[in-house]
Parts: sequence; structure tokens; C-alpha cells
Amino acid sequence: MEPFKTFSAVAAPLDMLNVDTDQVIPARFLSRPLDERYGTYLFHDLRFDADGNEKPDFVMNREGFRGAQVLVADRNFGCGSSRENAVTALAAAGFRAVIAPSFGDIFYSNSLKNGFLPIRLADETCRRLREMLHEGPGGEVTVDLESQTVTAPDQSTWSFEIDPFQKNKVLQGLDDIDFTMQYLGEIEAFEKDYDARMTWVTTRPG
Amino acid sequence: MPATMFDKIWDAHAILEREGNTLLHVAFHLCHDGSAGGFANLKQRGLKVRRPDRMAGTPDHYVPTTSRRIEDLATEDMRRIFRVFGENFTANGITHFPVEDARQGIIHVVGPEQGFTQPGLVIVCGDSHTSTHGAVGAIAFGIGSSEVAHVMATQALWQKRPKTMRITVNGERPFGVTGKDAILAIIAHIGAVGGTGYAVEYAGSLIRAFSMEERLTVCNMSIEAGARCGMIAPDDKTFDYLKGRPFAPAGAEWDKAVAHWRGLPSDPGAAFDREEALDGAALAPMVTWGTSPENAVAVTDRVPDPSNEPDEERRAALEGAIDYMGLAAGQAITDIEVDRVFIGSCTNSRIEDLRAAAKVVEGRRIRVGHAFVSPGSGLIKKQAEEEGLDRIFTEAGFEWRESACSMCVGMNGDIARPGERTASTSNRNFRGRQGPGVRTHLVSPAMAAAAAVSGRFADVREFG
Repeated sequence: MEPFKTFSAVAAPLDMLNVDTDQVIPARFLSRPLDERYGTYLFHDLRFDADGNEKPDFVMNREGFRGAQVLVADRNFGCGSSRENAVTALAAAGFRAVIAPSFGDIFYSNSLKNGFLPIRLADETCRRLREMLHEGPGGEVTVDLESQTVTAPDQSTWSFEIDPFQKNKVLQGLDDIDFTMQYLGEIEAFEKDYDARMTWVTTRPG
Repeated sequence: MPATMFDKIWDAHAILEREGNTLLHVAFHLCHDGSAGGFANLKQRGLKVRRPDRMAGTPDHYVPTTSRRIEDLATEDMRRIFRVFGENFTANGITHFPVEDARQGIIHVVGPEQGFTQPGLVIVCGDSHTSTHGAVGAIAFGIGSSEVAHVMATQALWQKRPKTMRITVNGERPFGVTGKDAILAIIAHIGAVGGTGYAVEYAGSLIRAFSMEERLTVCNMSIEAGARCGMIAPDDKTFDYLKGRPFAPAGAEWDKAVAHWRGLPSDPGAAFDREEALDGAALAPMVTWGTSPENAVAVTDRVPDPSNEPDEERRAALEGAIDYMGLAAGQAITDIEVDRVFIGSCTNSRIEDLRAAAKVVEGRRIRVGHAFVSPGSGLIKKQAEEEGLDRIFTEAGFEWRESACSMCVGMNGDIARPGERTASTSNRNFRGRQGPGVRTHLVSPAMAAAAAVSGRFADVREFG
């Protein structure tokens, strides 16, 4: 995983509550290989009509927001299905962070595993940020994980919370499995005791 | 200090702590055909599955309901995923039930049915509806594919301890009300974000009165309220359900297990971070009208009127949902006509669900364009056939199909046409979930059956 670095990029506002991962990437694309087309599956049915033409109202199709790397969303972004393809599709389309008041738990966790940053900001802050972006399409947002801040196009700066353990892993680009393998001794010792206590837990028929 | 059931199970699986995060031992890992990414990740690293004795799987997401042959899968991509699934399990020596095995089915139905799902365990699966398994008194939650690979490699997961919430539903069961109606009412009450960050324990006399099948349905939809997991204290009903299941303990091991399981329920006086309560006696059969599971109302109710919503953002969301669903503000639920009916999914495809639907269907004809049943497993299908349920359904005009996730998620190609309206026993009414432009209404199996034979939503309590 690439270490996460501070960046500034165009941000796009998405004014929708409860954007579930079926909206982020519809299920029919989940079996597709990860190739150069993957980014086009992102928000596919919101972005394109039945004939594959761009829907002009959708934010990613509007002037100023093309090439955005930050999404500013609303409450409960990424709820629903556990599909990690939602993060893959966002990243494939060039996004590196999503800012929202709240996230689906599994989406949040999946994001961090991929060095993709889910940022929780207050409801009111997200609303203000989306309004600002609507008023000035192409406005850039700076995301600084080290200092845990987001800077808006008008230079307002807000702090966000992130679990220090997760932050460190994303900042350093640590691989989760490699990281955990250093505790293999502790895992084995635990399992020895657990298996002795819970003798009935097995896939051998009872 | 009195402990919650969640605390007891969590603490029994905590290997170590780092900066407020717990490395949690995974007692059981359930897999399906969408777990292929995990195996691929492992192979890339030159690793093998660490504890194949703590894993089991069956394909469900891409499996066709019209055939048991891989060749009948819709696309080459699907066929590839499917072949790789079997190879992965065989290569790693993992217990699995391929499509041609009678025990194949939806993983969240098969887990409890086979007895893999047991009280007191931490159970994970690369699917958000893993919360289902909490119904026996376990911590069960869905994970993404990176975490699937992590569990395969280490049999552990890094987790931040969630807060706890108890949702108590007391009261006598009202006529015509099922576990599905209760969970839809709960989600409507706390909202689609209401459970975010929480492990939920369902308690109260109505929850206790629910059958195991209903408890599985309740816990299944915990994720639709955003909860990390949902759980119900194990009791004699749980033990009776599990006893004699192929992978449940037997003999002396059974007695040892039950002794352990009896100690799992939350201690009297245990403190939860949040408490919620619903009046069980006031519940009614429910129907969702919108595009979030929180948009659930009683069948006797109406589509809400957005002009009554003071918050601008919420009003816009209501208007958007009503527009997508092709409904009118204030429209009576029983005036909504239905095109298709789907009875199946990890939420409602167990034998009791099929019996409840068959009871309504018996002696009637469907008045919708298309209706079908996909039993939760091959074994349930067989049992239903032995009970003659298949004939009741087919004589009414339903199709009687094979077991898979099917039209709950549409990944196997079972979808409806744009603009069509479905009554579905599944768990998500998201836009496009059952196909682009499809309008999904979530209901119980009996309510789906009532819609099928009425051509519109109907109050199942009037079917006697």
C-alpha cells in the first residue's frame, strides 16, 4: 500500500443521503476484471443513462468537477453491502478521499485497508463545503492526514478525528497482513488456550 | 461487574490490544463465491489458509436459480469466479458444498442449518448480512475482501470495540406479525444510521417468543440500521434448534458446549451504552415504500407526504425516493400495484418462511406478472417438497427454483425490468438493487404471498 501523502485536488459535492455501495458500484459489475474500464463503473447508474450517455445533472459530468479527487458526501455514505469494489471503483476513477458526516462501518474499514481516506466532518461542515463547491466549481480542497485537517477553497480549515492506530498504518502505507504477522507468536499461544477451552468448535461433523 | 453478552464473547476472543484496537481471534470464517479475492491475495503472498478447520463455504451470489450447472451461468466472468471457488476450497482442504451438493445454499442459511453457527463465537464472512448468525448468541459481522484475506492468513482481525445498544421489544405477538415486521419497525424507529458504531442486542418478550428462523431474520437486517452486528441471547429454543445438526457438537461435547452457552446471556444489571424500546403489541405487518430500509410503514399506512417534513435535506430525500419509486405522496400502501414477487434471500428463505407464504398462497392464483421462490438451501428445498409446498406454489403460478442469493442482489442475472415494482422478502430496497430502475418493496414472506395473489399490497391479516 502506498503511504498516504498530503494533497490538494478538485472536490465534487454529492448531495445524497444514504449513498449505498450498490449506488457506488452496481452488483452487475462486481465480476468484471480490474482493468482500465473499472473507473467507469463508479456511480454507473447515477452517471449514465440506459444507453450509456452521461446524465448531465450528475456532479461528475459537470464542468469543473471532472477529474475531482475528493468527494464531499452526506450522511451514511457507503452503507449496505460489504463490497470492497466500492473503494476500488472510487480509486480507479481517481478519487483519494471521501468527506461525509458518517459512513457505513464496513465501507469505512475497507477504505483504510486501501489507503483511501474516509474523513468524518460535522454535518454542518459537510453541508457548507458542498455549498461552497457548488458556488465555485473546480474549487480545491487540501487533505492533510498528518495534521488531520481539511482545508476548503476559501481557506477555512477543519480538523477531523481518526483512530491513531489506523492513521499510522495509512500514513506509512503498512500492509495489514505483514503487520499482524509480527504477532504470530501471540496468536498461536492464544489459539492453543482457546482450542483447549472450546473443544467443540471445529468443522469435523459432531 | 455485570457484563453484556457482547462483552463476554469479545473478551473471550481478544488476543491483544494495541492503541485501543483489539486483535480479535476469529472462531469461524464462512465463505461464499465472492470470497475469491481473499484466496487470490493469499496466493500472491505465497500463504496458505492458516486454519482451514475453522472455515466452511458454499457458493451463493453467482449461482443460477434455474439450473445446477456452471455452464448455465450468465457470463464467462461468472463461470471463472465459480471454478476458482471450488479450486480454492479443495486446494486448502476446506469443508464446502459446491452447487451440485444438496447442502449448497445461501451461506447465512447454511451456516445455522449445518450447525457451523454456534453461540459464543466470533463469526465473520465477506458479506454484510453476516449479522444473521448473531441470532444464536454470537458476535457475527461482515467484512471486506482485504479483511477476508487477513482472516485467511491470520485467523484474526483488528477491531475497535463498538458501543453496545439493547433494543427491547416487549409485548404479546399481534396477529399476522413476524420477525421481519419487527426488524423493519426497528429500523424505521432508529433509522438507517441509528445503529452505526453499535453492537445491538435484541431483547424482550416478543424477541424471546420468536422462532429461531425469525430471530435469524431480525439479526440479518441489523446491518440495514448500520449496526456492526446484532445478537440475541441463546436459550432452550436455540439449543433445540442446534441439537443434532451435522456440525453441532454431540455427546459429551454437546453437554460441555451447552454449559458454556448458558453462561453467555447478558448479566442482570449489565450496562449498555444505549437503550431503545419498542412496543411489540403495537406492531403491524410492514411494507417499505422508499429506497432505504428505514422507509418502512404499516400496510394500513400511506406513503409519506414530503411537505410535512420541515428539514429541507430530508424533504428532498423523501421527494427523490417517492419519484424513483413511482408513487404519490399520501398514496395508500394497499393501492400500490405489484409486478413481480420474490420469495427468498438470506433474510427470508427458511422452511418456516416458505410455510408461511404457502399458507397464504394455497388455493389461490397469482395476479402479478411473475413470481418465484428460491429456497435458502438445497435441504430446505427438499424438505419443502416433502411437505408439498412446491406444489402449492406452482399450482398458484409461482416458479419453484433452486437456491441462491438470486434477486436479492441480482448478481446471478435474476433481475426485474426497469420500472417494474417488486414485493420482495429480501433486505435492501436500494435503487437498482434488483436491476436498473427496479422498484423494490420489502415485506415478510406472508405479505409477499398476499401481494402475489392480490396484484397489489394487501393486509395479510385479512387472509385468515
